[in-house]
Amino acid sequence: MSITTSDKTRMLAEQLRGKFGALLSEIAEFRRECTLIVHEKARIAEVCSYAKKELGFDGLTDLSSVDNYGEDPRFWVVYELYGHEHHAYLRLKTRVGEEDCHLPSVTCVWRTANWHEREIYDMMGIRFDGHPDLRRILMWEGYPYYPLRKDFPLEGKETELPDVAFTQKAPLEGGPFVTTTGEKNASSREPRARTEENR
Amino acid sequence: MSSTKIEVGYNSKIEGDVIVTKADAVLNWFRKNSLWPMPMGLACCAIELMAAGASRFDISRFGSEVMRFSPRQSDLMIVAGTVTYKMAIALRRIYDQMAEPKWVIAMGACASTGGMYRSYAVLQGVDRIVPVNVYVAGCPPRPEALLDALMKMQNQVAKTPLIRTHKTPKPDALAGAHDA
Repeated sequence: MSITTSDKTRMLAEQLRGKFGALLSEIAEFRRECTLIVHEKARIAEVCSYAKKELGFDGLTDLSSVDNYGEDPRFWVVYELYGHEHHAYLRLKTRVGEEDCHLPSVTCVWRTANWHEREIYDMMGIRFDGHPDLRRILMWEGYPYYPLRKDFPLEGKETELPDVAFTQKAPLEGGPFVTTTGEKNASSREPRARTEENR
Repeated sequence: MSSTKIEVGYNSKIEGDVIVTKADAVLNWFRKNSLWPMPMGLACCAIELMAAGASRFDISRFGSEVMRFSPRQSDLMIVAGTVTYKMAIALRRIYDQMAEPKWVIAMGACASTGGMYRSYAVLQGVDRIVPVNVYVAGCPPRPEALLDALMKMQNQVAKTPLIRTHKTPKPDALAGAHDA
């Protein structure tokens, strides 16, 4: 019987654990995808570098962040690794706290991480040490907020930068308008303004 | 004087090869039939703008087929699409670079009001940063709607009092421009 991709993924994840031991969590497998948690965010670049050079994860499919507002540490930074030779995926996650909001850049491992890290910096405010050009990528330079954080309102906040730009709150008219999933017909799925009372 | 026929307008027997009119009317006639658009295509409205320029709808029937991608050479900015705050900076800069006289058409719901994007990232109507002459409804508007807006724009241009409002640059202002 040939080795399936998920077996290969598990094998590679075991190899990574064999190298770094207690730095990595147990392998969490869900629908044939393996996730490893890196307990020390400061060593993420080291783990990634090993995964690329020794385990053949030559591609970084995605690099994103999650805001678990109210928890401590607040953020997840999630790395999706892929190997073009063995076609296996691996997910690495690490926690980043709000006060100590930075971790090493992996641009030296995969150059594609450059813009991903800029996006995370722009939207979540997580800084990447050693990034060659850590500027905002979607909002303009000098914008004071991180809009994808859970405590940032959808309509935005007013800002004023003389001679550069301004923003005003967007009128929501009772919104945001959200749909309810799982309703039987289209009229009950229709997007409506949902407040605390009318949920 | 038995004839009841009244001659209106141009009469070649009396006037020969001369036409009498007002300078405003002539200059505006030149202007309105050669509005060169600056295609500010930012989202899906730009596709309809391209359709308006293509053979089926043919914006050149109105003298506006010369889409210039340089603001220096265009005098009608067609803002076609969603204007984010980041793009708003560039849009205002391009508008400032256009030579006078200049006009703006806000094409579609997003450019006019922010449209469905009630969010932190989107400018809620391009009229907050540039003066808009004609708004076009639609999401996106069909090319006919844009052509209708162009005709409305031409009517506005035709009615502009030109000579009366024409300003001669003062010598001081010119000197200042050279220093800058």
